[in-house]
Amino acid sequence: MEKVYKVVEKITFGLLSPKLIKKIAAAKIVTPELYDREGYPVDGGLMDIRLGVIDPGLRCKTCSGKLKECLGHFGYIELARPIIHVIYAKTILNFMLCTCKECGRASLEDAEIEKHVQRLKRYEEQNNADAFRKYTKLVRNLAKANKKCPHCKAKKELVKIEKPTNYVMEEGNKRMFPNEILAWMERIPDNDCYILGCNPEYSRPNWMIQTVLSIPPVTIRPSITLETGERAEDDLTHKLGDIVRINQRLFENLNAGAPEIIVEDLWDLLQYHITTYYDNEITQVPPARHRSGQPLKTLSERIKSKEGRFRHNLAGKRVNFAARTVISPDPRIAFNEVGVPTEIAMELTVPTRVTEWNLEWLKKFIQNGPKAYPGANYVITSDEKKKKISPESQQQIVDELVVGQIVERHLIDGDISIFNRQPSLHRLSIMCHKIRIFPGKSFRLNPAVCAPYNADFDGDEMNLHIPQTEEAQAEAESLMEVQTQIISPKHGLNVIGCVEDAITGLYLLTKEISMPKDEAIQLLISIGVDKPERFRKFKENVSGKEVFSAILPEDFNFVGFSKEYDGKTVGDPEKTAGYVYVKNGKMMNGVIDANTIGEGNGTLLRDIHRTYDTVTAVDLYGRIFRLGNAVLFKRGFTIKTSDADMLPEVETKVRKVVEDALSEVDGFISEYKKGNLKPMPAKTVEATLETQILHKLNKARNEIGKIIQRSSNPTNSTIVMAQCGAKGKVLNLAQMAAIVGQQALRGKRVEKGYRNRTLSLFKENDLSPAARGFIRHSYKKGLNPVEFYFHAMTGRDSLMDTALRTPKSGYLYRRLANALQDMKVEYDFTVRDANQSIVQFSYGDDGMDVSKTDNGTIDVKKIIEGVRGE
Amino acid sequence: MHEDLAREYKGKIPETLLKEFEKQSEDFKLSKADAKKVLEKLEARYLASKINPGEAIGIITAESFGEPSTQMTLRTFHFAGVAEAQISLGLPRLIEIFDARKEIETPLMEIYLKSPYNSNADEKKLEKIIAQIKEINMEEVATSISLNLTKMHVEIRLNKKRMKDLEVSDASVLKQLKISIKTSDFEENGEFIVATPKSKENTLPLLYMLKEKIKEVTVKGTEGIKQVLPVNRNNELVLLATGSNLKKILEIDEVDATRTTTNDIFEIQKVFGIEAARNAIIHEALRVIQDQALEIDIRHIMFIADLMTTTGVIKGITRSGITGEKESVLARASFETPIVHIMNASLIGEVDMLNSVIENVLLNQPVPLGTGLPGLVTKMKKGD
Repeated sequence: MEKVYKVVEKITFGLLSPKLIKKIAAAKIVTPELYDREGYPVDGGLMDIRLGVIDPGLRCKTCSGKLKECLGHFGYIELARPIIHVIYAKTILNFMLCTCKECGRASLEDAEIEKHVQRLKRYEEQNNADAFRKYTKLVRNLAKANKKCPHCKAKKELVKIEKPTNYVMEEGNKRMFPNEILAWMERIPDNDCYILGCNPEYSRPNWMIQTVLSIPPVTIRPSITLETGERAEDDLTHKLGDIVRINQRLFENLNAGAPEIIVEDLWDLLQYHITTYYDNEITQVPPARHRSGQPLKTLSERIKSKEGRFRHNLAGKRVNFAARTVISPDPRIAFNEVGVPTEIAMELTVPTRVTEWNLEWLKKFIQNGPKAYPGANYVITSDEKKKKISPESQQQIVDELVVGQIVERHLIDGDISIFNRQPSLHRLSIMCHKIRIFPGKSFRLNPAVCAPYNADFDGDEMNLHIPQTEEAQAEAESLMEVQTQIISPKHGLNVIGCVEDAITGLYLLTKEISMPKDEAIQLLISIGVDKPERFRKFKENVSGKEVFSAILPEDFNFVGFSKEYDGKTVGDPEKTAGYVYVKNGKMMNGVIDANTIGEGNGTLLRDIHRTYDTVTAVDLYGRIFRLGNAVLFKRGFTIKTSDADMLPEVETKVRKVVEDALSEVDGFISEYKKGNLKPMPAKTVEATLETQILHKLNKARNEIGKIIQRSSNPTNSTIVMAQCGAKGKVLNLAQMAAIVGQQALRGKRVEKGYRNRTLSLFKENDLSPAARGFIRHSYKKGLNPVEFYFHAMTGRDSLMDTALRTPKSGYLYRRLANALQDMKVEYDFTVRDANQSIVQFSYGDDGMDVSKTDNGTIDVKKIIEGVRGE
Repeated sequence: MHEDLAREYKGKIPETLLKEFEKQSEDFKLSKADAKKVLEKLEARYLASKINPGEAIGIITAESFGEPSTQMTLRTFHFAGVAEAQISLGLPRLIEIFDARKEIETPLMEIYLKSPYNSNADEKKLEKIIAQIKEINMEEVATSISLNLTKMHVEIRLNKKRMKDLEVSDASVLKQLKISIKTSDFEENGEFIVATPKSKENTLPLLYMLKEKIKEVTVKGTEGIKQVLPVNRNNELVLLATGSNLKKILEIDEVDATRTTTNDIFEIQKVFGIEAARNAIIHEALRVIQDQALEIDIRHIMFIADLMTTTGVIKGITRSGITGEKESVLARASFETPIVHIMNASLIGEVDMLNSVIENVLLNQPVPLGTGLPGLVTKMKKGD
């Protein structure tokens, strides 16, 4: 197809007049037949080749273009009798109510009309469609109120609409036929049209009653050839066939002078077909159907809704050079890289322009051909011809390769790609990664970027796109690469941070591990740290903190808090517990855990991001992630079922707490039954009882949690993970080891189910914890059937919640995105919409970009500390 | 400390940051030289943190809400201190706020009292205040409201004992009835009140309607306030009221009008104006977000609130609100009900100037945002 280098500046909407329909038509359609006996399109039929071609080999009679060269041309049919356009049926009614049938004038005085015209002209000049429409509605209401024509003094005809397309006069209940209405509409002068809401330059009411019908080109309603060789026509062609057929019959009957009743029947039938041709989902009209009974998809349905033209085809684009496969983790690659299987690398290509400097290099790719890696698939010559590289053509292409040609070469390490996981809810769902080629069949990604993509490895698939122009590559690299997205614009916190093993590893390293000098050096070198001058300073036994310090730059200073910090104590960062202190690249105090390097609150990571340039920061992050993993790899780490074992004395303690709580609850219940329970302020007695029970039981569980935490072995891996924030909470361990606890259904204890009881084995109105969803066993010991049932109830409840929430929040998001998408920051830092109206004078009152802030602000304290440290 | 230095930077650095600087410099006991350096660095950091022109800030805000909204819980009724005063929070409430719904699910007022009344000391007085606030309608003070079909009127029997408890007099009931329902006559007739519709034709449905109307008449208190609960909050007595009628409540003498609020945004707009409504939107949205323990920067909430109120009236983010009033035909059509929008545009020959995002996406053209915004100053020759 010919390329068009033009920019659309504006689009004006309007109606086609009968004259224009004829003018743009390439053919007049006269017969419902589609093909002749040879299967060749009939002249004057709906598939007439003057309307464009859909068969390879044929040429369009209008523009002599071949398939895909010719965009198609409109045709028309002459309708035997005028037909109401359904979509404008109501507009026509409005005109009938606002004008006089006799003289066609709007029911307003001339002076008034002139006044309205002036006003509307002004709106039109301002391009203020909204005001224009509102004003014409006002004028219409004025005109409607007038019962007598001020021009010819005739009494106004009152017309009703009988949906969808019949008009009836209120006087005598007489039907008004479209030809009468057409004559009426034609009488309305331009100015009167204008004030009643139809700009006669673009639309007139008489054009809404059709005398000719435009036939869309065949290219928008292509037929498909089935495997059997049969042709299946498009729904639109079917519908148009009906229209042409009935129109022909109506013509014949009219010419033969058939009785009025037959003509009217046919006319109504034609109206029905044209109505459903425009919209097949009108409530009062039975939808036109296929022989199979499935409703036809006609014009409106093609445009409307999610699968319609707008949302499906125009707002949603499809692309080439994309790949999709399962993802798997690889903590050894950098977090801004993606591992791509060779198989994919040989299919996706990067167009590379041949220059003097890369000529020889590119020749190698061509010599490898499409089947060997790294090869090339196509060469585009200087006259824009695309040549496929094959074993036969290979040598010739290499010989002819000159500067200015483009080679579509396979992906290689370091190429730019765009990586995405659906649902793409925020901009961090689509980021730019550098490519690393790997064997295998899955995409590899660093687990640290799972959080922004919301990905896990239970079978998730992701998409990869290769930008095809230098401009796109540059834009992706400088705006979308992972390291530019570390701070989320949502809250100004880091979305990329250490996860799972990396946190545990660094926690253990900085807390308790020490190792001989050689092992420390080996560990550091294995993660890519090679600093002999630092290694030389190591003593015979190296502490974990020293190992960690070795990966930090020597000018790095940091004060932060670990999870141990109580949130109050202020003291010397070098000594106070809970402080994490790094001075000149040396870790002096504290332990590293989720609070300093984790996702969301990794204060240390954010400080690095702020202090150093991206290259250093990416390198440093990589080292931090890798060190954590390597430590754990060297040390070994596992959780086991015995983590959830309790010592006998702990078990008795736990049992005592539970039993105390239960007996106390029993006390509440018997008090309540005796009627002695005092209601809390503004509560019923029942509600008071519930609150007290819930409170007591939750307190008991928290107490047990504390007992477990205090009593368990510090080497207990599950506890270690909970303590450093790598995975899980102490509560989870308590549930495994001691007690699952009260199951809450919608914020309350389990209620009802059967009449006045939760399960049939309980007595009615049993208020005891066991009958209301209290689980006193642990996951490890196992739940009894009743407990299991209650547990399943809460599980189901949360599943339902998720299933119901997704569409709701999705719709909210769509509305928000649609309403806000045009808002931008102008060069004067005001926030404006597409109309240039100001919404905010300064974004967020201070003009700061959230993704450049530290949790929404600038940390003044840190700056002061920085100045002090100098 | 160093207020004089800070003053120099007024207008260059946002005030919140300057305040923070003053506070911190106090804590750190900064020397003047250091303070100067700090301010210089702070300004540099502030300038580096400024948003880029052309940034598609709308989309960022939409994303910042859209992404966490998938993690919100659907059914959260939060107990505002006590069980009876539930307020809906979570996703449904957020949708309610952004839709700018006029009828909210759980209207709730927090009524603060002026100084001597806001302690627990005087229970009698408190009861009186509550009686003034809480709505008492006819249904509550009547033993029966019945139709007399032979005489075609409605008879209301009053519960004298209850009325005495609630301190409602017969006269005041009659007065309220007369004020509230103007379409009928009320007459005291010994033990009951007789209500006769004024219209000539007295039909049965009319009587029924009158009966229902009578039931709803407020005889005492504030219309719309269903329940009042005294709650202790920071050693202060606060009244939580389900239902909302800001204007009437503020007229009560004992109420502290400076702090009393409602969660009904439209009412705030009616009483205090659009700027207050903007703040109410921010406050309410923030409450939902904090309740769900989500982190969304306040700038995003402020932006949506600004957008909803920028025209002077509250507009929802719906097809009839902000999206429906976009200038571009194609932008509206691509959101919802495309046929209607295109049809209306065709009638008046509407022009789409293609200056927002979606139209240009539809047409495969660069969008006027971000890197698509800047253009060349140099004019290109035709054919280039």
